[in-house]
Amino acid sequence: MILFHVPGFRGNQTSLNPVGPGAEHIEFEFALIFWITVIVYCIVLIALVVYVVRRRHSLNIMPEPIRTTPESDRRARHAVGAAMVVTVLLVFTMLIGSFVSGHALGKMNRQSAYTIDVYGHQWWWEVHYPNDEPDKTVVTANEIHVPMGVPLRIHGTSRDVIHSFWAPNVQGKRDLMPGYDTDVMMQIDQPGRWRGQCAEYCGEQHAHMSFYMVAEPAQQFQQWLAQQAAASVSPSSPQVTRGQQVFLSHACVMCHTIRGTPAGSRVGPDLTHLASRSTIAAGVLPNTIGNLGGWILNAQSIKPGCRMPPNHMTGTELQDLLAYLETLK
Amino acid sequence: MITTTAIESTAELTEQERAQAARLEAVWREPTGFWGWFKAVHHTTIGKRYAVTAFGFFLLAGLLAGGMRLQLAFPEAHILSNDLYNQFFTMHGSTMMFLFAVPMMFEAMSVYLVPLMVGTRNIAFPRLNAYSYYLYLFGGLMFYVAFACNTGADRGWFSYVPLAGPDYGPGKRPDFWAQLITFTEVSGLAVAVETIVTVFKLRAPGMSLNRIPIFVWGQVVVAFMVIFSLPGVVLSSTMLLMDRTCNTQFFNPAAGGDVLLYQHLFWWFGHPEVYIIFIPGAAIISTIVTSFSRRHVFGYLVLVLSLVATGFMAFGLWVHHMFATGIPQIAESYFTAASMVIAIPTGAQVFCWIATIATGKVVLKTPMWWAIGFFFVFIMGGMTGMFVASVPVDLQVHDTYFVVAHFHYVLIGGAVFPLFGAITYWFPKVTGRMLNETLGQLTFWLFFIGFNITFFPMHLVGIRGMPRRVYTYQPNMGWTTLNQVESLGYVLLFLAVCVLLVNVSRSLRSGAIAGPNPWNAGTLEWATSSPPPQYNFLHLPTVNGREALWDAAPNQPIVAGLPDDARSFLITRTLDAEPEGRDEFPGPTIWPFLAAVATSIAFIGSIFTPWGITIGAIPVAITMIGWFWPERQPAQRRRAREIWQSE
Repeated sequence: MILFHVPGFRGNQTSLNPVGPGAEHIEFEFALIFWITVIVYCIVLIALVVYVVRRRHSLNIMPEPIRTTPESDRRARHAVGAAMVVTVLLVFTMLIGSFVSGHALGKMNRQSAYTIDVYGHQWWWEVHYPNDEPDKTVVTANEIHVPMGVPLRIHGTSRDVIHSFWAPNVQGKRDLMPGYDTDVMMQIDQPGRWRGQCAEYCGEQHAHMSFYMVAEPAQQFQQWLAQQAAASVSPSSPQVTRGQQVFLSHACVMCHTIRGTPAGSRVGPDLTHLASRSTIAAGVLPNTIGNLGGWILNAQSIKPGCRMPPNHMTGTELQDLLAYLETLK
Repeated sequence: MITTTAIESTAELTEQERAQAARLEAVWREPTGFWGWFKAVHHTTIGKRYAVTAFGFFLLAGLLAGGMRLQLAFPEAHILSNDLYNQFFTMHGSTMMFLFAVPMMFEAMSVYLVPLMVGTRNIAFPRLNAYSYYLYLFGGLMFYVAFACNTGADRGWFSYVPLAGPDYGPGKRPDFWAQLITFTEVSGLAVAVETIVTVFKLRAPGMSLNRIPIFVWGQVVVAFMVIFSLPGVVLSSTMLLMDRTCNTQFFNPAAGGDVLLYQHLFWWFGHPEVYIIFIPGAAIISTIVTSFSRRHVFGYLVLVLSLVATGFMAFGLWVHHMFATGIPQIAESYFTAASMVIAIPTGAQVFCWIATIATGKVVLKTPMWWAIGFFFVFIMGGMTGMFVASVPVDLQVHDTYFVVAHFHYVLIGGAVFPLFGAITYWFPKVTGRMLNETLGQLTFWLFFIGFNITFFPMHLVGIRGMPRRVYTYQPNMGWTTLNQVESLGYVLLFLAVCVLLVNVSRSLRSGAIAGPNPWNAGTLEWATSSPPPQYNFLHLPTVNGREALWDAAPNQPIVAGLPDDARSFLITRTLDAEPEGRDEFPGPTIWPFLAAVATSIAFIGSIFTPWGITIGAIPVAITMIGWFWPERQPAQRRRAREIWQSE
């Protein structure tokens, strides 16, 4: 039934290129419905065209209406009856297929699952890796590293409006709603960076609210987790120390956390390990010095309407700040 | 023996009939002059206004779509700002749903055609009808004036909370949206009541329930659906407005409110809405297929029951718009089943239409081309509907361009194709002139090809992961080429509508004279001259079969004995349409217009202060008193009226 290895559908944000059991079950049902409906569509429209051509009246006037009787319609009645029977059977086939896929999705193992918390924000994703020891809880944003081949329980809610968490190669979408907690099971069996995007209209920058699910072997994942759990490194050079001061004395500190410093606000993304992430602004730009500098000075020109205000600082201050942020591996 | 003799058109008028026509003309004449425009109450006048206004909004929303297609033709484009784009798609969706589709497919069609098709002289409650039109017009004007003042709605045509709530929807944008809903609801509900009463009590003698034209059946089903579904959105949009203006907390989770409640209320209306738009389309297809296959429609009973069944089932699937919210699995199963099973009545209708074609004589005039286009487009939409009905698949395609493609195939296929067919089909009745056949077919082909170029690639781009309602996308996503193809398709759609407008304006001036029944069709609206006089029929007709004109007996009787010195009409029984009594329609008056102005002031005022409704109710009450103030009647007429009412 895997019919969709069409080149156009091989991307890293495509429901027909499944990399885990969730998306695979769905692709099965997709293919079932696809083939049934394509065949039915072709038969119905061929029948229509054939009859229009055969029964076409070539005169340019409206002829007198035909008189019909129950007898003259008998064949048509049988044909319509048969078509209805087939329709009902096909509808129920698709229905059962849908129940089977839904059941398979519901059966995914909840007990042994690894839990990750995802919180939707206008317009970025806050990600927590809960730990029994609270100080080892990892907080990051927009890049969700996960261990490969392990069932995952994504537990989500929203901090403001409704968002929808959707990484199509992995699993169907799930709305994150304020006031509701939701769990969705998933698993990724192929290593890679699988892109996802908010799928529920959430305001000005709905278009720029993407994330990556980074699947890696369990050991590599554990290393990453341990590294993320650590506090930020202390400044090692005068420039970096000045950069930290810039961070702490400007508006940055009003919204962001850098663990290991006094900055502890939870309004914006946690920046403790900013330099270890490959994109900024929820997947809008690659995480390079130039992009980061532009983003800090005037995020509004890149992502109009986002919560990050323009920041006024001198060239040196910016250079120092960037040097500091670069050290936050 | 089937006779197609039109009841009055072929016969020369006798001296006596001419005198009768003059008397009816004097009684039914619509007032003229500037103020006369605001006093008109005849259903053909109001129906035409509904149609022209709704078409105007269709053009506006179509232009907005052009802006969106331009913006999306290039990745990370800055042709529209994100703020403007969000207003564009919200205005486009809200306009198409609330100001075009429902007012056109239900209100305009029902108001203009239903009284003619059931053979009466006006719609029931004609003053309410005028009132409903002005409210609709004022609501639409308010919405676009707000848009022109940079206060256009920007929270989507559904305005989910909390995005549209007081905390995340600053300014007045969502308030204008909420009040637009109020305006269009009041007008929709009014027309629903008029339609039901007209069809149940005002039918021509002989038009028993099993002889009502399918088009009229469709409009009755829709009228009931409007009455049962609109209260849902009345409630949700009013609660939203109260959350925003009176500090209620219906939808504020921090205060114990519930964001999901809004979605349930909205989709309780929102899903039937889709069928409110499609059922008139299906009913139009039944009409066109009948007339252009030259036979009684195959499976009348199946078609009518399918419409009724669709109307009922439409209320059982609203949750399929909310599958992604994570509802319990048992509920998912139920709503999946309901969403798929509704394909069965629709399938039955398709098979009956094909059977009609297969056993008829098909005449390929423009309306029939639109019907054939309908099959290609709408059935495709129905097929993709199976994908979105299945919960697992829906979780992947929901809120992506796949769904955008799906519902444009369903709604343009199910409503706009039939509508364009209906325009070519009934244009001669409304104006007395034919549309040009060549230009008509050119419109069809441009539209059909342009439509598929625009919307088919949306399926693909949706499967490739493009979500809806994004104002732009990144260049490396693999969406660029498909989006550019879609934008090119828009150009063809734009040209198609231009050709249609040229055709209409040329035909209005110099089209061929149509005569009463240019298509030699069977329903009663073709039994009177084109355009119909303001009393509709010189002789009120009686009916002898499902296609009144095709089945008319050689000496089909007419209704006699109604006084022609008043706006009198015949009341018939609901089931068998046997005469039951008579009554008089009210005449033209300015009061519905004034009442609509007063109501609009109250509605718009309530955007700015909760006192708007309280204080605004006073002028509404005054105008309503003026409206219902009893009129002095000559003693003789009053006595006569008392006599028939006591009979």
